[in-house]
Amino acid sequence: MAKTLDKVNVVTVGVGWMGGIIAAECAKAGLKVRGLERGKSRSTADYQMIHDEYRYAIRYELMQDLSKETITFRNHRKMRALPMRQLGSFLLGENLGGAGTHWNGHTFRFLPYDFQIKTMTEQKYGKNKLSSDYLLQDWGVTYDELEPYFDKFEKTAGISGEYTNPFAGKRSNDFPTPPMKRTPILKKFETAASSLGYHPYMLPSANLSEAYENPDGETIGACQYCGFCDRFGCEYGAKTSAEITVIPTAMKTGNFDVTFHANVVEVLKSGNKVTGVRYVDTQTGEEFIQPADVVVLTSYVMNNAKLLMVSKIGEQYNPDTGRGTLGKNYGYQILPGATGFFDEQMNVFMGAGALGMTIDDFNGDSFDHSDVDFIHGGSISLTQPGYRPIQTNPIQPDVPAWGAEFKKASIENFTRMLSIGGQGASMPHKENFMSLDPDYKDAYGVPLLQLTYNFTEQDRNMHKYLTDRIAEIMKEMGAKTVVPGNPISDYDIVPYQTTHNTGGTIMGTDPATSVVNTYLQHWDAENLFVVGAGNFPHNGGYNPTGTIGALAYRTAEAIQKYSKTGGSLV
Amino acid sequence: MADDQKKGLSRRDFLKTTGIATGALVGGGLIGGLVGYNVNKDGVQRKSGTENAEDHDVTSVKGLMFFTNHADFNVLSQAVERIFPEDDLGPGAIGLGVPYFIDNQLAGNYGSNAREYMQGPFFAGEATQGYQSSLTRAEMFRQGIAKMEEEAQKRYQKPFVDLDGGQMDEIITSFQKNEVEMKGVSSEFFFRILRQATLEGAYADPIYNGNNNMDAWRMKGFPGHQFAYINMIEDEKFQKIEPKSISSMQH
Ligand SMILES: Cc1cc2nc3c(=O)[nH]c(=O)nc-3n(C[C@H](O)[C@H](O)[C@H](O)COP(=O)(O)OP(=O)(O)OC[C@H]3O[C@@H](n4cnc5c(N)ncnc54)[C@H](O)[C@@H]3O)c2cc1C
Ligand code: SF4
Repeated sequence: MAKTLDKVNVVTVGVGWMGGIIAAECAKAGLKVRGLERGKSRSTADYQMIHDEYRYAIRYELMQDLSKETITFRNHRKMRALPMRQLGSFLLGENLGGAGTHWNGHTFRFLPYDFQIKTMTEQKYGKNKLSSDYLLQDWGVTYDELEPYFDKFEKTAGISGEYTNPFAGKRSNDFPTPPMKRTPILKKFETAASSLGYHPYMLPSANLSEAYENPDGETIGACQYCGFCDRFGCEYGAKTSAEITVIPTAMKTGNFDVTFHANVVEVLKSGNKVTGVRYVDTQTGEEFIQPADVVVLTSYVMNNAKLLMVSKIGEQYNPDTGRGTLGKNYGYQILPGATGFFDEQMNVFMGAGALGMTIDDFNGDSFDHSDVDFIHGGSISLTQPGYRPIQTNPIQPDVPAWGAEFKKASIENFTRMLSIGGQGASMPHKENFMSLDPDYKDAYGVPLLQLTYNFTEQDRNMHKYLTDRIAEIMKEMGAKTVVPGNPISDYDIVPYQTTHNTGGTIMGTDPATSVVNTYLQHWDAENLFVVGAGNFPHNGGYNPTGTIGALAYRTAEAIQKYSKTGGSLV
Repeated sequence: MADDQKKGLSRRDFLKTTGIATGALVGGGLIGGLVGYNVNKDGVQRKSGTENAEDHDVTSVKGLMFFTNHADFNVLSQAVERIFPEDDLGPGAIGLGVPYFIDNQLAGNYGSNAREYMQGPFFAGEATQGYQSSLTRAEMFRQGIAKMEEEAQKRYQKPFVDLDGGQMDEIITSFQKNEVEMKGVSSEFFFRILRQATLEGAYADPIYNGNNNMDAWRMKGFPGHQFAYINMIEDEKFQKIEPKSISSMQH
């Protein structure tokens, strides 16, 4: 029998970036908030011996323990879905701070085009630019409406950047801190991109260029360019993450606490409201019911969708009929790129996760798509994240993968290789979706989430186009050999690509085509909010967290309003 | 190739004559210990110290935690040396201690796939779906190493460790091309984890018993754990920095 606990005002399922934002804002407003986090506590003190590539970047110490829970995957409906037995394509977060602990800190705002993609694409290119298999839709909120919330997230995080990108949406304020250092490696890209007529700018970064105190009084350190950033926690408290900002902010109010080792298995619903959640204490196996006035799912894209599915809240999407919205529009990212081999040795092992320069000349609708067979595009960046030797063994295509030649080439190239990558937008397709797996279960007996996903024609075309542009930039940078990325065929869950999963709990203005309204309030349960990149109806050409952060701040405000007035917010 | 072969053989000959031990040495048992370490009688390795800025008299003992006999360990050692051979740049997998690294990893979470989803049912699946074997890595290595020895006997009627480099390469290539029959896992997959584990052992921090004396980092120009690059990241010039182990934070 589950033990029922005392009721709280707000419960968040998961305490990562989004759980932290909701908790801070609601707790500051006087609401009693409890976070239920399946993992353990952690803080900067735990990152003092973190420069260990094998432990953290290869064996994934900070990330989800798949022996407890994973997802299943198939490329299409005729394939048998099988469990993702090891982490690979994306690295799911676990423990306090979630994936935000070991993110890079690229912090973008999606383009104005993204939020009104259907309307703007049809206006310019007509209704048939993409086939009707692509389930394009506007988000129901515009860039301008979100701008104050972007501003708020960036101020909380102290983002370092420069306001020079001509393709970006209008900003009410400059970046809170100046851009990071323009290193010699970055300048190579800047010079080449400029001479090709593009518009390079310093990548907006949550690795801060200088020490900063945010409006909540939290301090963030200055980045030391230590080169162990992506997949690592920051020993300097210089990479903004939830556990050094919003979580302590929430704690300070006295209105917030976190229960660790609490794996939520069900959202409890009665009529048109939810009453709380059921969770398992992963250390004892005991079950608890946590009643709450408001339930907020902040357990990342996968589990936000899964918890709604197992709790039977909303209608599962059916690709045959097109009915149902839950699980619909799963999106990912398309990653064109090119590697360049240079003569001179460069300090590639120095760097920071979000140290880079970017162009948006081929992102969104920055360029005319009349003569190309795809819409949207992607940001193109050269980053200097700090290359490490296990993960980075670059060889030319004609070099064998092992043996004497391999050793020589991979060692020679390590300090003579740069790469440019694009983050291509991902357009929703009717065959790409999430559902519950009928066969496989997690450690608590709950079905695994099933992913049905493949790249589509639009993705392949965009990939090719962007790869060609990127290779041109690499050539202009003076690489003696340029190796463009291979064309994409089927999505493969094995090699790391990005942890930018989107969709499944999409937002919108119509309950027939979305799971939540534009305040991320569930259409079928007014006191249930679902927050994460799962709300994105399509994925844009940037990293997602800046945009989810803005949506989360808007939702936090909506929850405070709801707590006073009740009812639907739209 | 012929050159490599000679080198391989002469190294074995060298070891036979050193008198430190016999048999066990062939597989790289102590070769690792000979590079950058002083080996005293009871096998305790002591850092030579001079090349290390922060020398805090670290002693370490390498030993087998997974393999139960020298023969298997020696096959592993020779195979990884073929994948990452000694050359004029510096030590190969054996000299770096990679066989010990792999052995030790197989005895722990890595070998038992402790943090991976290992519930059935199991199906082969498509390549895009990744690892689907019911075997743990420890089981794969045990079988894979036995298969390598079996192939050597079948093809050349000799132990794997007595083959010349070219013959070893031929067998490893058969694994890579998925031409060797294995149970519960494809030989190609075994090859892939063998290759990957070799690179991990070469380049991981020396606390994991590979990358002896940080020589793999030195070869590659990677300085290991450094606190900060903020004061040099704008330099145009390539920086050669003496590497440091994360263990310098732990003692
Ligand atoms: C290596 C890496 C690099 C990245 N780099 C960038 C970048 O540069 N820029 C960018 O924008 N984004 C980046 N991301 C993505 C970014 O980390 C995520 O977008 C962000 O963390 C999402 O926040 P979230 O709160 O939705 O989820 P998370 O931060 O993942 O938090 C979810 C939390 O919920 C908990 N949880 C899950 N299920 C349950 C359950 N059933 N019960 C209780 N708790 C549960 C988890 O343990 C976790 O703590 C990166 C991700 C990775 C892995
Ligand atoms: S690169 Fe900068 S932000 Fe990243 S972990 Fe190192 S010091 Fe922290």
